[in-house]
Amino acid sequence: MSAADRIARGLFGLYFAAFFIYLFAPLAIMVAATFNTSRFPTITPWQGTTLSWFNELAADTGMWQSLGTSIVVAFFVVAVALPIGTAAALMLTSLHARARSFLYAVMVSPLLTPGVVIGIATLVLWRQLGVGGGVFLIVLAQASFIICYVMLMVAARLQRFDRTQEEAAIGLGASKFMMFRRVMLPFLKPALIAAAFLAILQSIENYNTTLFVRGFDTPLTVYIATKVRTGLTPAVNALALIMIAATLIGATVYEIVRRRSRNAS
Amino acid sequence: MSELYRRFGSTLATLFLALIAIWLAGMVLAPNLMMIDYALRPNLLPAEVGGPRDVYSLDNILYLANESVHRAIFFKTVWASALVAFLTLVVCYPLAYWLAQRATPNRAAVVLLALTVPFWINEVLRTLAWYILLAFRGPLNALLLSIGLIDRPVRWYGDVGVLAGMVYAYILFMLFPIYNAIESLDKSQIEAARDLGASVWRTHWRVVIPHAKAGIATGCVFTFMLAAGSYVAPALLGAPGSRWFTEIIYNWFFEGGDWNRGAAYALVLLLLCLTVVLVTLRVARVNLTDVAK
Repeated sequence: MSAADRIARGLFGLYFAAFFIYLFAPLAIMVAATFNTSRFPTITPWQGTTLSWFNELAADTGMWQSLGTSIVVAFFVVAVALPIGTAAALMLTSLHARARSFLYAVMVSPLLTPGVVIGIATLVLWRQLGVGGGVFLIVLAQASFIICYVMLMVAARLQRFDRTQEEAAIGLGASKFMMFRRVMLPFLKPALIAAAFLAILQSIENYNTTLFVRGFDTPLTVYIATKVRTGLTPAVNALALIMIAATLIGATVYEIVRRRSRNAS
Repeated sequence: MSELYRRFGSTLATLFLALIAIWLAGMVLAPNLMMIDYALRPNLLPAEVGGPRDVYSLDNILYLANESVHRAIFFKTVWASALVAFLTLVVCYPLAYWLAQRATPNRAAVVLLALTVPFWINEVLRTLAWYILLAFRGPLNALLLSIGLIDRPVRWYGDVGVLAGMVYAYILFMLFPIYNAIESLDKSQIEAARDLGASVWRTHWRVVIPHAKAGIATGCVFTFMLAAGSYVAPALLGAPGSRWFTEIIYNWFFEGGDWNRGAAYALVLLLLCLTVVLVTLRVARVNLTDVAK
């Protein structure tokens, strides 16, 4: 190994370490600050180890309410996004190349729209119809782009669908409805489960879109952001710690489901 | 369309079409058209709606062009978002290259998994983590003071905080497209360049980067769009001197009470992002179909 190579390798090692410190140090500090008695979440100085911030969090009724709101929103987002996303994916696979790429561009356009714009557009349309911000609009605004993810995931699985199965079912006398229910849906099931997980995560973590359509309802992310500005204590860190743990478990389950859906034929 | 009917029968096919229409017409197209309508109308009292003053005009957009503070914040948001995209590219490129060309498959799998961990956690919490790290009496200042790099605490909130938080938030959107692009480059091309005497820099500049152009463009486009449309990072990590265009839009809606002007500003933001997306993709010759992978 030449000297230049050794220097290059050393530099890359430094960069690699710096990259991962950059990636994980902020999260580690946020989690560690949960256990510090200091009223402002920090680790410097360490004033004493405590678990009391978890109790404070448990006693915070506003947090529980906002968690409830987020769960309700996520539930309805899944209920809206799964059927529409599936229909969109099936539509795409039934089109000829040119029409397909046009429709595809239209269907992914919400992903290229800034989140705040999606929220604002939904808000002004529904104000004109006499409906103000709230859970209903949060669901509509979030679903309008979460459908894209569902569509992409279902379409990816459909690419490996053997159309002769479909024809065989019809040839054996199944109705079109029967074919859809007994052949297509079972084939799509892993992708649908993975898409539901992703939709829930996307919904609960959304902030930019939700902020504009929330009305007087306060989902969890809005609640956290408000807390940061009005009265940040390590109770918020305790919440962050729990959310990180929950998301990691959710992410692991999602990965397992996704791998299974990729491997299952 | 007839294919859809042939495959699923009229009941199911009609249901599918209805669902798609609800989505594309009701949830995507109609809201955007109404936003344009709002943007082009003046802000009127309820009694004046439909009256002689209720006419379409570009006044709300011209207001942005003439209001020097808002205009400055708009252009600042544009170049700062471009800077975020560029910095994210610089931060991600070496790792993407290493993952795609140098790492053993097992190592690459572990590193990719580790990379995704912070991104399963929501953007508000990620930003909160930076808020705590960068606090005036926070860990970063304490560390820098203790090793003697600075004499007194630095106020990180502001431009630096916003940049650091945004680059952090969008790493994956940059890393994955570049990684996918570099992965398809045949190793022998890199070896050939090296055997022919090209330096490391030249190999990257003339072989790897041109090959990864589509991935780089995709990553930059997404990062720019997300940065320009971000609200949480500037709201938490910014300072009064580092206001972001989305904050101005928010104020029109919820503090200024002029939704028409707010809609006009949002429309400008949307047009900006669409222009940047379409022009960049056209220049890099990337098909929209390849973007969303």
